[in-house]
Amino acid sequence: MAEVAIEAVSKRFGATEAVQDLSLTIRDGEFVVLLGPTGAGKTTTLRLVAGLEQPDAGKIVIGGRKVSGEPPAARDVAFVFQQYSLYPHLNVFDNIAFPLRSPARRTPEPQVAAKVREIARLLQIEDKLDSRATHLSGGQMQRVAIGRALVRRPAIYLMDEPLSSLDAKLRADLRVELKHIQADLGATILYVTHDQIEAMTLAARIGVIDQGRLVQVGTPRQIYEEPVNAYVATRLGSPGINLLARSLFPHAIAPPAAAVIGARTEHTRIYKATNGGAIGKVTWIEHLGDRNHLHVAVEADDLVTLADPASGLEVGDPVTVDFMRPLFFDASGNRVAA
Amino acid sequence: MTTIRIENLRKSFGDFVAVQNSSFAIGDGEFFCLLGLSGCGKTTTLRMIAGLELPTSGHIYLGHDEVTAKRASQRDIAFVFQLFALYPHMSVRANIGFPLKCEGRPRVEIRGRVEETARILHIDHLLDSSVSGLSGGDRQRVALGRAIVRRPAAFLMDEPLGALDSEFRHIMCGELRALHDRLGATTVYVTHDQLEAMSMADKIAVMSNGVVEQLAPPQEIYDRPASMFVAGFIGSPPMNFLRLHAPLKRGDRAITLDGNTLPVPELREDVAEGEIALGVRPEHVALRDASPIRGEVFGTEYLGTTQIVTITTARGNVKARVASEAYVRQGEQVGLSFQSDKMSIFDASSGRAFRTALHEGGPHG
Repeated sequence: MAEVAIEAVSKRFGATEAVQDLSLTIRDGEFVVLLGPTGAGKTTTLRLVAGLEQPDAGKIVIGGRKVSGEPPAARDVAFVFQQYSLYPHLNVFDNIAFPLRSPARRTPEPQVAAKVREIARLLQIEDKLDSRATHLSGGQMQRVAIGRALVRRPAIYLMDEPLSSLDAKLRADLRVELKHIQADLGATILYVTHDQIEAMTLAARIGVIDQGRLVQVGTPRQIYEEPVNAYVATRLGSPGINLLARSLFPHAIAPPAAAVIGARTEHTRIYKATNGGAIGKVTWIEHLGDRNHLHVAVEADDLVTLADPASGLEVGDPVTVDFMRPLFFDASGNRVAA
Repeated sequence: MTTIRIENLRKSFGDFVAVQNSSFAIGDGEFFCLLGLSGCGKTTTLRMIAGLELPTSGHIYLGHDEVTAKRASQRDIAFVFQLFALYPHMSVRANIGFPLKCEGRPRVEIRGRVEETARILHIDHLLDSSVSGLSGGDRQRVALGRAIVRRPAAFLMDEPLGALDSEFRHIMCGELRALHDRLGATTVYVTHDQLEAMSMADKIAVMSNGVVEQLAPPQEIYDRPASMFVAGFIGSPPMNFLRLHAPLKRGDRAITLDGNTLPVPELREDVAEGEIALGVRPEHVALRDASPIRGEVFGTEYLGTTQIVTITTARGNVKARVASEAYVRQGEQVGLSFQSDKMSIFDASSGRAFRTALHEGGPHG
């Protein structure tokens, strides 16, 4: 494993600037997740590191060595794609063993067997080693695809939404396992996803990417608690942060530049308004089992809060709101210190 | 508007029984969800209500009329499909107005009703656009518009949000529920997404292998699951199960787990010797250093609002939902305590929930 640095890299496809002046260092043994919507440039970044694309400007440094211009095979990286892309005519064992048997590596066969079994045990597919790859379920196939990457010890593992084609339950299981395996192996991973839960739960650090630009890099907690702008604030948290016009809350204490108040659902307290002073009314109580979401119409804005099931509030009730630890943003969406 | 009643409905395709003797009633104006995995019979049930499939046996009533053998067109219902089946060469206005045109309504009436429908759906500014340029959400609104414009007695919806991404799906859930509240039409909604069902439904029928496992309001299903299937299907992460052998009898208020006495809701029935499963929701598991039930932290998942901690115990992995401020490290030894009054107890072989004190008293939060 090694440290990987992306230094001021740009990439353009025709008129589209897919990646703009992006710099990011993935430390040896670190799990970094690039988070952004479709088209933000995250997959292009991954492909630039892999050598599947060449940058227009900037450089990629792997383990202290500049690799720009080198073909993928010379870069010592392992790529896991969204689609499993297994060899359908081979069994699970041979699929996982494939990279070790490549002419470039020529690993002795007893060593191949030991390594494949070790990885299969980590991924809990030991009992499938003799099965044909095509006879597996989706979750098992994706484990094999991940196993084929993990069987090698490259400088870095590059993973492009490897869990997105799985159903929700399986995704949750594999997420926990993948993180555990990464910690055990001390693997360096750059992982891209549009799924905020994957980003938050897997990453040591998240890079939030928007239209080819890296907007913020930090631990999940830093990004969640201290977003640099309103865009980043909306990327994390489910339900999303409430962004409300500051003018709707004339009595709230806010810095002069604040145009928007950002309030996380768990930092919002709702009370039934007794004698006037209501700022909105309850429009919908969403029962999600472990918690209730209370939707409040504040003029044209919708505010969502976590509600105690025993609060006794009902649809139509006038309410007032208290914010704890609100965030403030100026008119262009940038964070303003409280 | 109308009620929908189903009696002993059964459907088989050759040897395969898609729906086994289902009976349930849907109240006037109710938002009713059929929830289950693919292949559980939920869509087949919906299609029988619509008249798109004929049942092998059983009866279907819309209001007081038996419609079991009536054609789809003779039932006063509108169907919304998963894929937005819009006419790509027509405008939004023509798409929404199409069912009325087919009925031969006067042009003035069509115009009025289409515009009213578009206002309800907040797409009146799009009426003269072509549907081919619309976003996924707007296309689904047009598809809904085509159903609403007929003012049917009931709406049947088959995963109408299935093709949308998750963030947008949640927004549309809110819109659909608000729309339902405005129109008050009886709605039967099929989905495999438990969050959709939880957030929108008045009542949920959880189906598995052609059988309705439980039919109740969302909170009831969440708090008092009738079976291990329901308990494991609802909730994210789902309910934890701790399997053990313990003879139990009516009146027992504690279970012995690996030498530790664990209080449980008082049993209201005798339990034959066999394997049982204790069910506990992640938010009812707490980390307490002093607790004798021990485990090792396998991993943590920070979610901002809360975090999920997975703990490996002698009884398998247990997930706990704890405050995001709590500092928990992988590999750490921790003690677990369970909020005992919220626990379910299941027969591990049949999956059925035993009756306990949990099932008494009115609905709670």
